[in-house]
Amino acid sequence: MFLEKRTKEEPEIPSASLADIAFLLLIFFLVTTTIDIDTGIGLVLPPPPKPNQKPPPIKQRNMLKILVNQQGNILVNDKPASVNEIQQKAVNFIDNFGKDPHLSESPDKAVISLKTDRKTPYRIYIHVLDKVKGAYAELRNQRARQQYGQPFDKLPSSKQKVIKKYFPEKISEAEPDKGAS
Amino acid sequence: MPAFKKRKANTSQEIPTASMPDIVFILLIFFMVTTVLREVTLKVKIDFVHAKNIQKIEQKRLVSYIFIGPEKLKGNKVGNTAIQIDDAIINDKSNIRQIMYDKLMAQPKLVVSLRVDKNAEMGVVTDVKQELRKAGTLRINYSTKPYPKGQI
Repeated sequence: MFLEKRTKEEPEIPSASLADIAFLLLIFFLVTTTIDIDTGIGLVLPPPPKPNQKPPPIKQRNMLKILVNQQGNILVNDKPASVNEIQQKAVNFIDNFGKDPHLSESPDKAVISLKTDRKTPYRIYIHVLDKVKGAYAELRNQRARQQYGQPFDKLPSSKQKVIKKYFPEKISEAEPDKGAS
Repeated sequence: MPAFKKRKANTSQEIPTASMPDIVFILLIFFMVTTVLREVTLKVKIDFVHAKNIQKIEQKRLVSYIFIGPEKLKGNKVGNTAIQIDDAIINDKSNIRQIMYDKLMAQPKLVVSLRVDKNAEMGVVTDVKQELRKAGTLRINYSTKPYPKGQI
């Protein structure tokens, strides 16, 4: 009686519905995924100044001062300018190589200083920053075409580095004034 | 003798479906990995600024967001300019330094994305930037959208 032969059942998990479950999950993730890429203007802030540290000396000609007041009016080197002029002015300033005695000595030394009022609208600040970035992009592109015969963003990163070194982005944001609000 | 015998292929006409779950699983895993489920609920209203010379942020995992804009109030009204980090509104600006410093310790390659409303004043942005400098989170990114097509 105990030696009766039992019929062996193959232990199996039914796997026919596995594909369906996977499909359901797949559709859920397909629907919830958002492949939107963040875009923006990248900047690297300077480290905080040490107390009693003086700003490094910069020659007058090597600095392009852009001032934006609270109404959104712009002064470039103490002369009024419109947003659309900034890119060309910045290009002329950086790409001077000592020709004009009022503009920069070399792209390496050229610094663009951006100063805003506390009440300046953010919108205008970004427009100005965009134009300054545009000036650098224009010059780098030009250089890339001359040197390698290709636009800047098509170059491999090693060659991009060479050009970035040639036209380093030197955008300085002035220390905010204390007290004034 | 049948001269024209209908030729018939000996192979079966079925598409093998045994590997289908595997294919589906591969797709599933891909989407699971790329999905970012946690979206922050915005407590401030933000209209992005449009700009031309923008770059993409490739690695989303490195990014931490700071939102600056008019606070959303009940009944579609907006209040004063407020700063939001993660899910909370920051009232005391000097707290930003500690928060961002902790984040930097957790992720040394941190990029701070500033999402600022286009009508915000620079004063707030400058204050936040000063705090970021003190915290040591120096890589920042002003979040801007490209111009819609047709506009310059």
